[in-house]
Amino acid sequence: MSTSTLTIAEELQERFGPAVFGVQETRDGIPTIWVDAASIKDIMSFLKSGVSDPYAMLYDLSVIDERVRMDREQHYHVASYTVFYHLVSFGRNEDIRIKVAPTGVTPAVDSITSVFPAANWYEREAWDMYGVRFNGHPNLRRILMPNTWTGHPLRKDHPARATEIEPFQLPDEKLQREQDAMMFRPEEWGLSRGTDEFDYMFLNLGPHHPGTHGLLRIILQLDGEEIVEAIPDIGYHHRGAEKMGERQTWHTFIPYTDRIDYLSGVMNNLAYLLAVEKLAGIEVPPRSQVIRVMMSELFRIASHLVWYGTFAQDLGALSPTFFMFNDREKILGIVEAICGGRMHPSWFRIGGVAHDLPKNWDKPIRDFIAYFPPRIKDYDNALMKNRIFKSRAMGIGAYNVKEAIEWGVTGPGLRACGYDWDFRKKRPYSGFENFEFDVPLAEKGDCYARAQVRIEEMRQSLRIIEQCVNNMPEGAYKSEHPLTTPPRKDRTMHDIETLINHFLNVSWGPIIPAGEAFFGIEASKGAYGYYLISDGNTMSYRTRIRTPSFPHMQMLPLLSRGVTVSDLLAILGSMDYVLADVDR
Amino acid sequence: MSSVVTSLLVIVFVLFSLLTTASLLIWLERRLLALWQDRYGPNRVGPFGLGQVLADMIKIFFKEDWTPPFADRPVFVIAPTFIVITALMSFAVVPFSPSILVSDIDIGVLFFLAMSSLGVYSVALAGWASNNKYALLGALRASAQMLAYEVFMGLSLMGVVAITGSFSMQAIVKAQENIWFIVLQPIGFVIFMIAGIAETHRIPFDLPEAESELVAGFHSEYSGMKFGMFFVGEYIGITLISALLVTLFMGGWHGPFLPPVLWFFIKVFFFICGFILLRASLPRMRYDQLMAFGWKLMLPLSLLNLMATGAVILWSS
Repeated sequence: MSTSTLTIAEELQERFGPAVFGVQETRDGIPTIWVDAASIKDIMSFLKSGVSDPYAMLYDLSVIDERVRMDREQHYHVASYTVFYHLVSFGRNEDIRIKVAPTGVTPAVDSITSVFPAANWYEREAWDMYGVRFNGHPNLRRILMPNTWTGHPLRKDHPARATEIEPFQLPDEKLQREQDAMMFRPEEWGLSRGTDEFDYMFLNLGPHHPGTHGLLRIILQLDGEEIVEAIPDIGYHHRGAEKMGERQTWHTFIPYTDRIDYLSGVMNNLAYLLAVEKLAGIEVPPRSQVIRVMMSELFRIASHLVWYGTFAQDLGALSPTFFMFNDREKILGIVEAICGGRMHPSWFRIGGVAHDLPKNWDKPIRDFIAYFPPRIKDYDNALMKNRIFKSRAMGIGAYNVKEAIEWGVTGPGLRACGYDWDFRKKRPYSGFENFEFDVPLAEKGDCYARAQVRIEEMRQSLRIIEQCVNNMPEGAYKSEHPLTTPPRKDRTMHDIETLINHFLNVSWGPIIPAGEAFFGIEASKGAYGYYLISDGNTMSYRTRIRTPSFPHMQMLPLLSRGVTVSDLLAILGSMDYVLADVDR
Repeated sequence: MSSVVTSLLVIVFVLFSLLTTASLLIWLERRLLALWQDRYGPNRVGPFGLGQVLADMIKIFFKEDWTPPFADRPVFVIAPTFIVITALMSFAVVPFSPSILVSDIDIGVLFFLAMSSLGVYSVALAGWASNNKYALLGALRASAQMLAYEVFMGLSLMGVVAITGSFSMQAIVKAQENIWFIVLQPIGFVIFMIAGIAETHRIPFDLPEAESELVAGFHSEYSGMKFGMFFVGEYIGITLISALLVTLFMGGWHGPFLPPVLWFFIKVFFFICGFILLRASLPRMRYDQLMAFGWKLMLPLSLLNLMATGAVILWSS
């Protein structure tokens, strides 16, 4: 805990005086401090190393287009854009949000890449999506959109739908231009072609490659089979989920969240809904909390199983994939019986879940709880204890706690280097404080350690699920709150107010009160959260999705320098990313 | 005259049984893998899905046989034939039974080693002629791997040759009438088996194709029957290594009650299934680990084995 009795806002005020403008009220209680754009770098380095229990991790960084916001407050929102920085202090177990208003015709602010290296991709993304420049950024190029794109998609004046723009056409000269832009020139990627004596080999791994498990391109500069430099090129899976968040009602955005980390199903709903419920002030009844925990943990196991199988396949083992997909099939069977859907059930709702549990719901889950542990043990024997597997995974792609925090690594990747940090324990949500489970840790931070952590996590998730089954509370599966969606139907034919409320909330969708809230959860791949801004409308004004895979992928060059192509696949496999989670 | 007819009949028999085995292996491998991987495998076409063999053949013959414009055409076309030809040639010296043998030449073992060395050209040239970086990496890996594994593959057999006192395969089989060489040469057997897996580049030594790393390695650019040739070559290669394991270490066609040729096929079948089981159970090694394993462990071990065998032979004589 902080030794100083001052709050962080007061501490900043004391240190930077007039550069700190004030504190904004938010729904999530995260201190949100407006500062002068000119001193952002100093403030960031102060927060990172000047305070006690420093804010060591850059958790998120993005932009808000304030221009058409209904509730623009006079004091702070004078500029068109706001850049926000979300930092986490592990010592304090607190977050802080710093906001600045970039100035100039092309809005610009100083880059903080020299303070937080992880800011590199975040700032590129902000430039790509909002056209905000970051002065001093080493490589401020588009990251998600193609280089030939005009405009900045997340700006409010950029069209969101095909019907808002001219029909798509591809005349020859445009085709030629696009093709030219795709030509690979090493210099554009900051790579040298070689020396007088030798040339490097450039290998284009992806976007369609069996080892990348999705649309990911990695540009490899090779010396023999040794990697000199690896540069991930992302954006092939970009679907503008954040933009869609601003076009869908609070309720109808739920199915879109399923497709962010498409292996974790309803766990995505959970992060989004917890943020919405925080904005709306909805209390979720205990039964639906436990149902949510149970389904999320089932999906954690399902997601880890896919990771386990594909990781084994990346290392050349063919059979585990089939075993693990079979096990996952059993989980999806349970999910189907309860939710109706399988991979993307979109089953959670604002204020609860879509339906109550069906009759005899616990039978298949109990069967699975009995079935699964011996299987994990078998896999341990077949894979984790296999000498070839060990020699391929041990000591490969290792990083330490300091590097992990520096680059924004969360989840199993962070715990694999021995750092005990699990949001389910540290900031319990949805009733996780009522469950008994351990947070598995490993020491070395290499591919093998990450595998160990995930495998143990599956066992712990099973423990949580067992507790859910044994202690499922009775009661409502959905909150009584008027903003609950779809609203409760039972009293609609008895009084007109309820009928009107039901009609409006079903047809227009609920109006979530104006405010800002972030909620992060411990998803299967790491810290995953939604930063939602409501300006008192039926739709979100800004939906920022903080995904774990984005910073993880940014770390790839650091991990893969000096290893061989085969090791790169091991590293990719052990990272457990999902491309939709990287690109959104 | 009759000897010519007999040899022709033997050649036809050998070719026929090999090509049948190779094509049946397509089915066998898929069914066995499926069995070990909790799934069904091809079971729709004909009884037990056996018709799949025919269906696959028809499909692969009618696929577009495409040569990429950037490839070195003559080499690209000729490369896949090498692997099939050399593997088939090797069978000329394999005795199926006391009488079924194409050619009982005195240097049978050497002939096999020579043929398997030639086989590497197929992979190397295919990778080179494809003019594709993944194929090139696969070919490089294959060449280095073959080079390393040829050396101790030959050495591992020298123990057997020393005991028999002949390079002739038939002589080696006959020398095993009382005791199989797997008992006398267990280390030689293990080393030869490992080298044999590397020779056919199967998991865990399938680095030249390594689909999760190199897409399809040396045959990335191949399609149609040219691609099929690599597969046929691989299956004949598996059969060849199994046949040699049987001939050199497992008593060849020796066995009680059943006719010799049947014994031979039963033993070969056993090893083929072993190859498939390996594929179902092991991950892939890394290139440098494989090289270190070959040069630093297998080569000294096979040399030691040869020296120990020599010493024992000298001492007992």
